[in-house]
Amino acid sequence: MADQPTALERFAQGILPENPVYRQLLGLCPTLAVTNSVKGAIIMGAAVLFVLLCANAMISLIRNLLKPHLRIVVFTLTIAAFVTIVDRFLAAYMYQMSKDLGPYIPLIIVNCIIICRCEVCASKQPVFTAAADAAGQSLGFTLGLVSIASVREILGTGMLLGFRVMPAAWPDWVIMVLPPGAFLTFGLLLGAVNWVVAKKSASGKKHQGAS
Amino acid sequence: MNIPQQTAPDIGNRMHHTFIFQAWLVLLLASFFGAALASVQLTLAPKIEANKLNETREKVPELVLGAAGAQAMATQNRHMKIEQQFIETGTRQKKSYSIFKAVADGRTKGWVAKTSGQGYADKIELLVGFDSDAETITGLFVLGQKETPGLGSKINETAWRGQFIGKAASQQLKAVKTEPSKPDEIKAITGATISSKSVCDIVNQCMGDLRQPLADMASGDSVAGDMQQENK
Repeated sequence: MADQPTALERFAQGILPENPVYRQLLGLCPTLAVTNSVKGAIIMGAAVLFVLLCANAMISLIRNLLKPHLRIVVFTLTIAAFVTIVDRFLAAYMYQMSKDLGPYIPLIIVNCIIICRCEVCASKQPVFTAAADAAGQSLGFTLGLVSIASVREILGTGMLLGFRVMPAAWPDWVIMVLPPGAFLTFGLLLGAVNWVVAKKSASGKKHQGAS
Repeated sequence: MNIPQQTAPDIGNRMHHTFIFQAWLVLLLASFFGAALASVQLTLAPKIEANKLNETREKVPELVLGAAGAQAMATQNRHMKIEQQFIETGTRQKKSYSIFKAVADGRTKGWVAKTSGQGYADKIELLVGFDSDAETITGLFVLGQKETPGLGSKINETAWRGQFIGKAASQQLKAVKTEPSKPDEIKAITGATISSKSVCDIVNQCMGDLRQPLADMASGDSVAGDMQQENK
């Protein structure tokens, strides 16, 4: 276990190098579904942060008691409990948002990012590292959602978080806030990220070759 | 359990392989989370119910007068008095309905009934608006649903819900897959026939159960107030 990443590495990796949306392509159902407004994307990110943080901490605390053949049951149970808490909390204190996000909050239960982090990190590393990992991954997830949501909201409605950013003459591209807009935006952004990564690694190799 | 001639390590070994012993962590966590969720539900349920009631009250003018009528009322700064009451009725089995009576300018403008039934995925909660003598449907609103996103969830859409407006409350509505040709037909959502049928069934039951009681209450009101039936 000596080669496990440290807390800081875990945190940093989640944000860009192992970004859940752009690099791991996990949790794409909410990524496509709730990114027609930046506000929805932020709330979704916050909900995932809470669930992932709690689930990772809990799993990490009991990691020595886990039996290999029962670990998935324990993960699912833990995740489902925290998701239900978030769902009820939103319905009580952010009723309209809870209606807008609809079934996607309960669907966090099946969001692969969370079970993936429980398996990869929390079931093997101590609480602090697991919490840092959760924070990094959820920030990366939120970043992914907000980047897609910004493009869609600006092009689709001319507004960002309720403020007009496009000139009044902008003809709102309604398709961007509809489901096809999610696929278009995500595809283009994913392509751009891959291009940047490929370029970076190519120049990195050149440097190595030169030195 | 009646295996007396066993040595201690043997019992330990057998214990180790029982399901209960294997699953003790799962069972413990399940009870712990169950208790935690129960307390969350106990704390937050009244607040969530209040949110729903507020939303219902906000929707009443639109459901009774239509979107344009409600808008006009709001701009004229007139307010609608909404009285909540409970009716227990039902042809087959007793069902308790929450009814909202909409009163404006001293007259009963209509009724909104809260009802629910099984959808494709989970319970669908609806608000059904009736005119003052409960003859026609004046509006339909989906208060809660967990239907398939993108398919069944289209029951939320104004255009689809709009089909119900103006339907006579004395008939049974049917969801059809083709363009509706008869007055009792509702166009089902493509790919969500079950959700569409469920909504029709819930509305049908609500109409069947409430048409008579509401009409009775309305005529009772108009006799008491010596008012004429209002025409559109």
